[in-house]
Amino acid sequence: MQLESYAVILSALLFGLGALGFVFKRNIITIFMSIELMLNAVNLSFVAFSRIRALLEGQVFVFFVIVVAAAEAAVGMAIILQVARNRHSLNIERIDLLKL
Amino acid sequence: MSAETILFFVLAAAALGGAVNLIAQTHPIHSALSLIVVMVALAGIYLLLGAELLAAVQIIVYAGAIMVLFVFIIMLLNAGEEERTQISRAATWIGVPFAVILTALLGWRIWLSQAPVYAGPGVEMVRATRELSKMLFTSYVFPFELTSILILVAILGAVVLAKRDF
Repeated sequence: MQLESYAVILSALLFGLGALGFVFKRNIITIFMSIELMLNAVNLSFVAFSRIRALLEGQVFVFFVIVVAAAEAAVGMAIILQVARNRHSLNIERIDLLKL
Repeated sequence: MSAETILFFVLAAAALGGAVNLIAQTHPIHSALSLIVVMVALAGIYLLLGAELLAAVQIIVYAGAIMVLFVFIIMLLNAGEEERTQISRAATWIGVPFAVILTALLGWRIWLSQAPVYAGPGVEMVRATRELSKMLFTSYVFPFELTSILILVAILGAVVLAKRDF
């Protein structure tokens, strides 16, 4: 089996672990980090398939995913800052003002 | 078992260990450091897969800027250990097996498919950096410029959103 197939399996595993962290963790920052982990898993999948198909478009897309993830992290951190200031807690169970 | 495969498995073990540690740790700073381990391991795997520019960009931007931002926010917000709360039992009993089955299904299908190596339209994978940069500045220059505007908007948004008095 080729190296790239192992890489796609690793990407699936990392994505699953990121999804687990996203669902089960209580701290907003850890949840955000699980999102970044999922993005990284997808990047790895892109690079692996780019090598399997010998097309460089996969790597171009990874480039853009990294840029968008950076922008998203910056804005997300600003939002987390405001939420933490207003609710005085980083526990998502304390941030339930919209709950019925 | 070539040296490449062994190196890949070492890096993959490091990435998986970091990912498991990210969800296992209670304090967010430990999770952040584990995520940095995952990103550096992935950069090594990108090098193995022939994506040199991406490995460098991953280390510089992802591990070097985004994760530093995370660590700064953890410091600023004085994030402490997570509290022990009651996780919904339905989520654990249905969710975890479902996630495991999903991942196993994905892995099994990939194991079954031995992907043949297609020849792309004459792209020289050995000099990936040069070809990648050429593509970024010729075929994909429009999205490239758009991302610079995106970053500008993100900077403005982050500054406005983080102000103390609205």
